Amino acid sequence: MEQGAAGRSTPGGTLHRHPRLRLGLLLGPPMLWLGVAYLTALGALFLTAFWTTNSFTGDIEKVWNLDNFRQLWEIGVYKTVAFRTLAIAVSVTVVDAVIAFPIALFMAKIASRRWQRILVIAVLMPLWASYLVKAYAWRAMFSATGPVHWLLDPFGISSPGYGLTATVVTLAYLWLPYMILPMYAGLERVPNSLLEASADLGARPGTTLRRVILPILTPAVFAGSIFTFSLTLGDYITVKIVGGANQMLGNVVYDNSGAAGNLPFAAAVATIPVVIMLVYLAVVRRTGALDEL
Amino acid sequence: MKRARTLSAAAAIGLLAVVTLTGCGSDDGDKKGGTGSAGFTAPDLKPLDKLGKNEGSVNILAWPGYAEDGSTDKTVDWVTPFEKTTGCQANVKTFGTSDEAVQLMKSGQYDVVSASGDASLRLIASGDVEPVNTDLVPNYADVYPFLKDKPWNSVDGQMYGIPHGYGANLLMWRTDKVNPAPADWGVVFDPAQAGKYKGKVTAYDSPIYIADAALYLMNTKPDLGIKNPYALDDKQLAAAVDLLKEQRASIGEYWSDYAKEQSAFKTGDSVVGTTWQVIASLAEGEKTPVKAILPDTGSTGWSDTWMVATKSKHKNCAYAWLNHIISPEANAAVAQWFGESPANGKACAIAEKGFCETYHAGDASFADKLHYWTTPIKQCLDGRTDVQCTDYARWTQAWTEVKG
Amino acid sequence: MTLSRNARLLLAAVTGLVLLVIYLPLGLVLVNSFNTSTSFTWPPSGFTTKWWDAAWHSAGARDALALSLEVAAFATVISLVLGTMAALALQRYRFFGRDAVSLLIILPIALPGIVTGIALQNAFTKILGISLSFWTIVIAHATFCIVTVFNNAVARLRRVGGNLEEASMDLGAGTFTTFRLVTFPMLRSALLAGGLLSFALSFDEIIVTTFTAGAGSQTLPLWIFENMFRPNQAPVVNVVAAALIVLSIVPIWLAQRLSVDDEGLPTAAP
Repeated sequence: MEQGAAGRSTPGGTLHRHPRLRLGLLLGPPMLWLGVAYLTALGALFLTAFWTTNSFTGDIEKVWNLDNFRQLWEIGVYKTVAFRTLAIAVSVTVVDAVIAFPIALFMAKIASRRWQRILVIAVLMPLWASYLVKAYAWRAMFSATGPVHWLLDPFGISSPGYGLTATVVTLAYLWLPYMILPMYAGLERVPNSLLEASADLGARPGTTLRRVILPILTPAVFAGSIFTFSLTLGDYITVKIVGGANQMLGNVVYDNSGAAGNLPFAAAVATIPVVIMLVYLAVVRRTGALDEL
Repeated sequence: MKRARTLSAAAAIGLLAVVTLTGCGSDDGDKKGGTGSAGFTAPDLKPLDKLGKNEGSVNILAWPGYAEDGSTDKTVDWVTPFEKTTGCQANVKTFGTSDEAVQLMKSGQYDVVSASGDASLRLIASGDVEPVNTDLVPNYADVYPFLKDKPWNSVDGQMYGIPHGYGANLLMWRTDKVNPAPADWGVVFDPAQAGKYKGKVTAYDSPIYIADAALYLMNTKPDLGIKNPYALDDKQLAAAVDLLKEQRASIGEYWSDYAKEQSAFKTGDSVVGTTWQVIASLAEGEKTPVKAILPDTGSTGWSDTWMVATKSKHKNCAYAWLNHIISPEANAAVAQWFGESPANGKACAIAEKGFCETYHAGDASFADKLHYWTTPIKQCLDGRTDVQCTDYARWTQAWTEVKG
Repeated sequence: MTLSRNARLLLAAVTGLVLLVIYLPLGLVLVNSFNTSTSFTWPPSGFTTKWWDAAWHSAGARDALALSLEVAAFATVISLVLGTMAALALQRYRFFGRDAVSLLIILPIALPGIVTGIALQNAFTKILGISLSFWTIVIAHATFCIVTVFNNAVARLRRVGGNLEEASMDLGAGTFTTFRLVTFPMLRSALLAGGLLSFALSFDEIIVTTFTAGAGSQTLPLWIFENMFRPNQAPVVNVVAAALIVLSIVPIWLAQRLSVDDEGLPTAAP
């Protein structure tokens, strides 16, 4: 080893003797990036929520006030939109979790090694198709003459058309791989011997599922839900494509930050999904799911 | 103003910065210059008095689709012919919103810009663009007279740019689904009529659509005293918002891009609403039974202008571009690719047969009925001084309330 | 697993059905790329290959593809470096605030994209006063890509423990030698999986990109977006998407092959 004994005065040796220095050097760059740069950017954004835009000059006036939050609270439409967005995010997460479970179970515990590999590819591949193209594909699916109509019509069910149902379906479709993968990885780690032991001790498959698999799976579901939840909360494009006349929080933020140039108000609106996400992360952390990510 | 390339045309429509200039212009008392329609003072700048030798290059700032060099579609190219004939190497940069255009122009790196109705006044007032000597642009003579000396492209009779093209927001419907054929905007705004097509009515997804409602009220409710659909005081805005909220019950979806509206009319998810001629033509081309008209009561629309940067170091090439882009060949090509009326009447001889008739190019009575997109600002654009108008930020919030 | 035959069949059937639903819209994209109609509608009105021809000759699409690949490559390299460093720090050391650090790394992906987007745009243009460019996209993408590498690396480090590294150090290898000869080989496949996901995430990102891309820096998703606003371009977009789906088999298959040796499966996070 060219480095030689650790005692000599080489950079490697110095690092070896000082684990704290090593830690500092390892942690420094990522913390500068995320802790300083990213957090500062976020902080600056939310600071502007307490300022206002001078509508005469278009400049941001740095006068502390709560007007933006007051409007957010007093004008009913923002609450409606916030609740709608939250409901969509919850629905998308639940739909994804329910759909992902059987697939993840099949992939991890039933499929052969070869099929496992093929299925992982099959699940990952749609991630490479453009988000927009997939959303427009669902637009075609839900159109008045589209495949959903064809499939449902014989059963006497009419296609839901563009609206909240289509939004939930499309978003659930877009984020499904993000839910399948953690569940699959979680189940993969469950030793088969554990399941066999459960069966040997007389548990029926249903009991094994409930008592052994589900507890192990919970953190994985939470891990996946962070993605389905946050991606849905921040989305403003899908709802424009398949959501009919509906809007979500993302649209409100987008409209105010872009053309209207009302960044303070946009920042105030943006605090809603951020608070929701932070609360959610706090809850999830207790389950240990953050380690599963 | 050009249709947005961004998600919502709101972005294209833009910005409060107009405000900046129009609002406080009169403070610049020491500067000599003309007074704009909205009451601001333009900096005292002189247009170029004569042309010299071309500098060999020009930096163009354009809406996507306005300066195509064949990279989108190899048959769509009017930049290369320009380079060949003038020896000016063209560097094209596109922008997504008027705000971006204004900011990029301030960097001083660009020689010419395609400015929309909201950006043009800002650029004039801030001195980023200079007056244009139209005598040095031979093709200017052929530009339709009704596009010249307009509030958004001139100050006190001095042109600040060359008109490029314009278009209208039309009323389109499915002829097999909408009976009787509508004659005006009542079909989408009058609850009694729109209710018949509940869930199948469509409207443009942008706060600027409030102007369409205001225009309807201007014609149907004279008591409100609306003179300009972009100058609404609180009461007038509230009336427009109420109308739109009523309309919301009949709306199936709001549209913002070609692909979305074209497919909705084709599948019948939408049967009546606003459109652009280019979408109507595409839909007809696909055998969708639609008809699009400009109601006699008028409509909203857009009009764009090419302007020259004050700090430009390539003014000769810039003028060469101005002349090229409204030459019959280039103007016809861009109008057809983009889907709007050319500014140069001679373009019609080169454009596809029937193109100019379809787009009503040169039809002064058609153009007279258009209220071109302008950014609403606090200072009323219709000249009222006894009341404050609502600005675009306010319109954006109102639009959120309309959609609910 | 001790599931009855019927349960296994049922699971297989459900899996098949879901995969069918996953691929149905993608199939629609493929079919539409040969559709004579210029709108995304069903049913198709005729067969043509002219869109494939147009896409092949579209310099705009090629440039955007190249730019997206560059952005994704740079963002992935940055996240590989920073993500590995953070993973080593968190997995091999105990220190105060460790939980806060792991939360911080997750934050950029856990917060809605539009928030990250406008926050970074505001920071770049208003606070730092730099104009948006190619590099602002790279920085923004790297910010939310770090987590993918971090997660995969942390999972691997946890599984293999620190014994080998300690042994290496005890035998006299320095910090860098130990990393090069012991830690890195253990991490390699995990880094590959994390890097691949990071690449994919950056490649298809549109929301943060919308806010941080400079004029003229057009990534593929932005190109697709812009072309939805151009007449007659929608089918070309379909072609590009269809081609991407097919081409995406290559990197995924490659990653799968390379990770066979140590059973490295991509860890959850995108």
